[in-house]
Amino acid sequence: MTNEEFISTIQNWFPDAEFIEEGSQFLNVFVPKDKILEVAKKLKSDNATQLDYMFNLTCVDWPDHFQMVYHLKSSELGHMLVLKVKLENKENPEIETLCDLYRTAELHEREVYDLFGVKFINHPDLRRLFLTDDWIGHPLRKDYVDEINIVSLK
Amino acid sequence: MSQDIIMNPDGTQEYFINMGPQHPSTHGVLRLVLTLDGEIIEKVEPHLGYIHRSIEKMCEKDNYRQIIHLTDRMDYLSAHMNNHAVCLAIENGLSVEVPERAVVIRTIMDELTRISSHTLWWGVMGMDLGAITSFLYGFRDHEHITEIFEETCGARLTMNYNVPGGVMFDLHPDFVKKTKAFLADFKTKLPEYDTLLSNNVIFLERTKGVGILTKEMAISYGVTGPAGRASGFASDVRKHEPYSKYPNVDFKEILYTEGDTFSRYKARIDEMWESIKIIEQLIDVIPEGDFVAKTRNVIKLPKGEFYQKVETARGELGVFIVSDGKMQPYRMKFRSPGFSNLSALNEMAKGGKIADLVATMSTLDLVVPDIDR
Repeated sequence: MTNEEFISTIQNWFPDAEFIEEGSQFLNVFVPKDKILEVAKKLKSDNATQLDYMFNLTCVDWPDHFQMVYHLKSSELGHMLVLKVKLENKENPEIETLCDLYRTAELHEREVYDLFGVKFINHPDLRRLFLTDDWIGHPLRKDYVDEINIVSLK
Repeated sequence: MSQDIIMNPDGTQEYFINMGPQHPSTHGVLRLVLTLDGEIIEKVEPHLGYIHRSIEKMCEKDNYRQIIHLTDRMDYLSAHMNNHAVCLAIENGLSVEVPERAVVIRTIMDELTRISSHTLWWGVMGMDLGAITSFLYGFRDHEHITEIFEETCGARLTMNYNVPGGVMFDLHPDFVKKTKAFLADFKTKLPEYDTLLSNNVIFLERTKGVGILTKEMAISYGVTGPAGRASGFASDVRKHEPYSKYPNVDFKEILYTEGDTFSRYKARIDEMWESIKIIEQLIDVIPEGDFVAKTRNVIKLPKGEFYQKVETARGELGVFIVSDGKMQPYRMKFRSPGFSNLSALNEMAKGGKIADLVATMSTLDLVVPDIDR
């Protein structure tokens, strides 16, 4: 499926999705936070899209929001797509888990929880992954301070 | 452990065993907590982070040239491919054309790395199952490649040979001769692998039908590389999203459908033959010319996102760079193959015995620094 076909198909299903093609080799689809599960379910199960392989799940800490990034691919059809979700609440970011659709999300979401502090609602086992349970803070956040171990270039 | 102990009606109870962090078959500091019913595994839960160095955070403070050497330290047995992935992502961002000579050198180096990683895996796999001979055989062949690397790159393990725009040094004058000699020798050695393990009845008994992963589960868990292809998941990046010289060489994507430990084993053995084939096609046609394109000393990627996949010895490595136009990446993410492959371990080991778990884990070929990053 080409990007244009993706755009028209997804727009049909979810009129409030936004599309950006610049600055990335994939088509970026922005969906509202509360729609993510629904969108992912449709993209995975529909015969036209069949995006059944999540090859990356991560988070980016922007100054005014967290951005969840889901890289999806169809193992049958070979096309790829990036789903993005803005999490406006920087104090207490929360989003629905995609564990039920993509099993690989289970560990990836635990990693994001550990390093960014994003909470995944309905995740079966949301605990820290790399760091100890009593670790304070989330290291991949931009405001994380560690004067001893992080030496800035400047 | 804070789990409640569940009593069975007959008065028995399930119990927990720590496998690792110092267990020899976890190949590094990986801790697995096994939930057992007698000798049957009910659940495998990996506990990670023993060598977590937060490479992704370090990348945000380093410039693009410095990042490359960090990637050697992730999957140290696929050091060339890791470097290659970052370089391709950077070159993609800068729109640099890599000289043909460098492209061919990189591809040959990648395939040599794959063979060296697989020989090591094969030796260790035998040892996990109690056969010490294979370990010596595997290291014998691994050593030849390490020597070839040492001559050209100056290092044996963490080569750091790729730079944005090409490779750091030209090939050593003996490289072609030695690589050819190695291939000729290795082609006589690889059948020994089959004699020793692949056709060994004890080995077959321990691996056939053990640790089965279905294709559907492999895709859902994102299990790639030889482990995924043994389950029938056609995930070879070299074939489906080709980079460097791979579109121009002839090789087969190894696919099996059984998804058991033995097919994962076979997939890697077959892959070594394919790697030999690829190197043989390229070793005589390394073009003359520059080995590195001129790039600016200080690299600044344009604003945007760059994603590059390469096929390492363990599977699909993804490098995700978010750039805000500065000298350092705003965010760097490594989608490491080991991390996703490990997540499927529970699925494969459930219902089996502890000894089967050891065999299953061997064919996942886990490298813990790659998982922890």
